[in-house]
Amino acid sequence: MKTAVGVFVLAALATLFALPSVLSAYYITLVLPAVAYAIALLGFNLLFGYTGLLSFGHALYVAVGAYGAAVLSSKLGIKSFELVLLLSGAAAVAAAIPVALLSVRYEKIFFGILTLAFGMLFHSFLFKFYDITGGDTGIRVLRPSLFGNEFKDLDKTAFLVGPFYYYCVGLLAILGFVMWRIVHSPFGLHLVASRENRRKSEYLGVRVRFFRLIAFSISAFYCAVGGAILAINTGQADPELAYWTHSGELVFMAVLGGFANFFGPLVGAFTFIFLKSELMGLTQFWRFWLGLTLIVIVVLFPRGLVGVGQDLWTRLHKR
Amino acid sequence: MSTILETVGVGKMYGDFVALDDVSLAIAEGELVSIVGPNGAGKTTLVNVLTGLLKPTAGLVRFRGQDIAGIGPVMLARRGMARAFQLVHIFPAMTVRQTIAVAVVSQEGKGLRFFSAVDDDRGVRDRVREVASIFGLERKLETEARYLSQGEKKLLDIASAFALQPEVILLDEPTSGVSSADKHGIMRNVVDAAKKAGVKAIILVEHDMDLVAEYSTRIVALTAGKVLADRPPAAFFSDPEIVAAIVGKMVGRLAKEA
Ligand SMILES: Nc1ncnc2c1ncn2[C@@H]1O[C@H](COP(=O)(O)OP(=O)(O)O)[C@@H](O)[C@H]1O
Ligand SMILES: [Mg+2]
Repeated sequence: MKTAVGVFVLAALATLFALPSVLSAYYITLVLPAVAYAIALLGFNLLFGYTGLLSFGHALYVAVGAYGAAVLSSKLGIKSFELVLLLSGAAAVAAAIPVALLSVRYEKIFFGILTLAFGMLFHSFLFKFYDITGGDTGIRVLRPSLFGNEFKDLDKTAFLVGPFYYYCVGLLAILGFVMWRIVHSPFGLHLVASRENRRKSEYLGVRVRFFRLIAFSISAFYCAVGGAILAINTGQADPELAYWTHSGELVFMAVLGGFANFFGPLVGAFTFIFLKSELMGLTQFWRFWLGLTLIVIVVLFPRGLVGVGQDLWTRLHKR
Repeated sequence: MSTILETVGVGKMYGDFVALDDVSLAIAEGELVSIVGPNGAGKTTLVNVLTGLLKPTAGLVRFRGQDIAGIGPVMLARRGMARAFQLVHIFPAMTVRQTIAVAVVSQEGKGLRFFSAVDDDRGVRDRVREVASIFGLERKLETEARYLSQGEKKLLDIASAFALQPEVILLDEPTSGVSSADKHGIMRNVVDAAKKAGVKAIILVEHDMDLVAEYSTRIVALTAGKVLADRPPAAFFSDPEIVAAIVGKMVGRLAKEA
């Protein structure tokens, strides 16, 4: 099973790296946001799947990443994407800590509602402080340099579907590896214990609130990295990114792919992005079909697409 | 013998209701103190106060001379007190190995390791195996807790508490819901494990008077939140008044339940 997972991961990464030579630029600009959401979902699911805390406000941190990239590039003239990622990630952690300090005292619906409320606060903040945030038009994001290279000879699309795409897939691989280590670490074990039975875990010495705070901060960092990629892809940090329905989409992706599995949310991110864009092209009732999909998943396949895959796999191997 | 855990004039009110009234106890190294009394006498409340989970409304709780009133379970685990629960407390989706590892990780101060695989940690692995084998769980290491039998769940709950290497352990009805054949097995396990692990004192809440008589060095009887008697088993069971007040009531209760 372990080797099967390894083979699957390598195959998926190889496919992602090979895509630009197979698909048109249009499709690659669709794969890019999927990669961005996959990174955000890695973080989101540390909190949801592993820690058992369902946030309805994580779009906030995606937006902090996007606005971070925008402010750093167009207002402060910082070009280095590495620096942009670190600084917007740090900003997201700084924004997450006060929210987490309050919300991790609660669980379940209270935690969800508190995170939702903070998300709404941030969204209205973007409109209120027009001078900093550009209100409903948002802020332009300039093209960053990657490892100091500005790729001046490439036009916008060529940059995005070329070096930027490879860079982001590389980021997904690295951050995915880091998250894999985190969930299998002693720290990760304590998070799961606190999810399974808070009181018992405390009696076994698990510092539940403190560890939840750390998990929350890590998840915010990942979401900000995803947000920065999204903003560079569209060239704009947009207040819609912070809207609460966007938080709902993160939840959707995790459930669609299956939050009980490490890879579920990643599968969910890719499936959701393509499903959404295909449906939007086909019908103006795309929200209806998305909603219906979610209902079918929750009712018939509560372990998500990865759960369906696992069942098929075991059935094939039993024969 | 030196006192390791004590309460001085402890009272606990739930609103107007007096659950504990002027309870003074001292537990010394080497003791196994049983707390007995009818349902609703305040035994669980006393355990909660002794483990710092509930703050008493009056009096003091001292562990190794330090005030621990209301300090909470995490700090308590660090200071060397562990607890198993009346209603089984387990991590349903975690295996026996993982459950014990949670305690071992705490005990070894490794909770803030973010990047090392817990499964590859030799120290943790060996210690988990050792604890599991003390409680006869070594063949269930990869079984998820929810699939264990009731008796095994109890053992796992207790084993994980032992994995903290506590000085004092509190067991709230460790054998409730377990067949009487298994009860002795669990108690013998616990007492042996305590000896091996260097546990200095055990506090036991128990209904089964056979077990109480066999394993206790001292018996504390509670009724309606008050200490009715505090004496060694021989003196306890030879006093007809006490036996009538405590054992009689409990037998009555058992008869009613049956
Ligand atoms: N949280 C609470 N609020 C109000 N009353 C409580 C609470 N916990 C326990 N009690 C009451 O206190 C009394 C003692 O309870 P408990 O300590 O659980 O007794 P025992 O473990 O001896 O059966 C009971 O009458 C119970 O109903
Ligand atoms: Mg009780």
